[in-house]
Amino acid sequence: MKKNWWKALSVVLLLYVAVAGLLMPVPRLAILNETIRNLYFHVPMWFGMTFILVASVYYSVRYLRTPTPALDIRAHEAARTGILMGFVGLATGSIWAKYTWGEWWTNDPKLNGAAIAMLIYGAYLVLRSSFTDEQQRARVSAIYNIFAFATAMPLFYILPRLTDSLHPGAGGNPAFAKYDLDSNMRLVFYPAVIGWTLLAFWLAQLASRVSLLKLKVYEKQIA
Amino acid sequence: MQKDFRLEWRQRAALNGMLLYVSSTVFVCYLSFSSRGGQLPAPAWNALFWIVLLFSAVNAVAKGFLQESRGRMLYYYTVVRPQAVILAKIAYNALLLLGLALVALLLYSVVLGNPVQNGPLFVGNVLLGAVGFASTLTLVSGIAAKATNSSTLMAVLGFPLMVPMLLLLIKVSKNALDGLEFEASRSALLTLVALNLIVGAVSYLLFPFLWRS
Repeated sequence: MKKNWWKALSVVLLLYVAVAGLLMPVPRLAILNETIRNLYFHVPMWFGMTFILVASVYYSVRYLRTPTPALDIRAHEAARTGILMGFVGLATGSIWAKYTWGEWWTNDPKLNGAAIAMLIYGAYLVLRSSFTDEQQRARVSAIYNIFAFATAMPLFYILPRLTDSLHPGAGGNPAFAKYDLDSNMRLVFYPAVIGWTLLAFWLAQLASRVSLLKLKVYEKQIA
Repeated sequence: MQKDFRLEWRQRAALNGMLLYVSSTVFVCYLSFSSRGGQLPAPAWNALFWIVLLFSAVNAVAKGFLQESRGRMLYYYTVVRPQAVILAKIAYNALLLLGLALVALLLYSVVLGNPVQNGPLFVGNVLLGAVGFASTLTLVSGIAAKATNSSTLMAVLGFPLMVPMLLLLIKVSKNALDGLEFEASRSALLTLVALNLIVGAVSYLLFPFLWRS
């Protein structure tokens, strides 16, 4: 229990988010209406993705210092979880956009940035699959992972702030802290961010355990 | 490092090929648009120019590591530090791309007209772009050279990584086309410089690891 408290916390928080997020009163805003509840699901995806990708870079850096297969697997699975979060974030965002902006896809810098970031990380998976030597694959993909993170993050956090965006907090639109995130919504939003982030780490941990076990079974078969 | 640079310079056999590549691409663009009387609206002119540069950059830089023979790599390895190799390669590629970009710009304005109203800003932007493309693509070509299907990988890895830079470049050159004053594009230019520094620093730090394998 001591080691796994954060998983329980994640479940509790997400249950709370699912119930409270759908039932608690939300501010009545024009255009947004009830879709504002998507804030609890769409925005935390990007928070979760960023944190899990940071973790992936951390493992890649550690791999370059001390190369062990376990660190490579952790970095890989964390990056894959990040990609999953990114895709769910794109999907929820797309649905939200359909109901508020009227299109599944708008020419918005944040949307395009997110799509390009997904391409960058898709290239990471392609790169991994094009090596036969395991050590070389681990080393080169760790290098690319760090490099990709350094170029992908400006897409999310710098470029949209320079151009006009339909998202809040960009191009002169006030960030949600200013008007639409009232204190009631904060009560659900912050737990949602924490809950989804913890879930991402949990997923990455499970996936890397499975991969590690597969590696062990494989090694046993060879021996 | 200077010596390394000279080594790079000596094997410039590909240079003429690249020049020909750029001029034929520009000419193909010209021919494809000749049905409209050869006159392009400014945004299309801008987009096409950067696409030509993007493709020639990927082709030019890909040669950097892919054509390197194993023996010569081993020789470098014994003679110089890896940091010197990557810096020299970036510097060489930046100069190469700058040359290519200027030639492309010249040809491009001859056949398709030159709507640029703020010349110095546009050239400065092209300079930043060449440095940025070089520092991004040099490491990518190093990575791709290690893999099996390297020429596909070069494009797959390189294009998305260059998009943030490309967006800023296109924005600034749009400003230069419209003849806006320097103030309008200052923040974008500063971000571009910062992005170049980040990418250059990360390449500098990571290359020794790539080099070892």
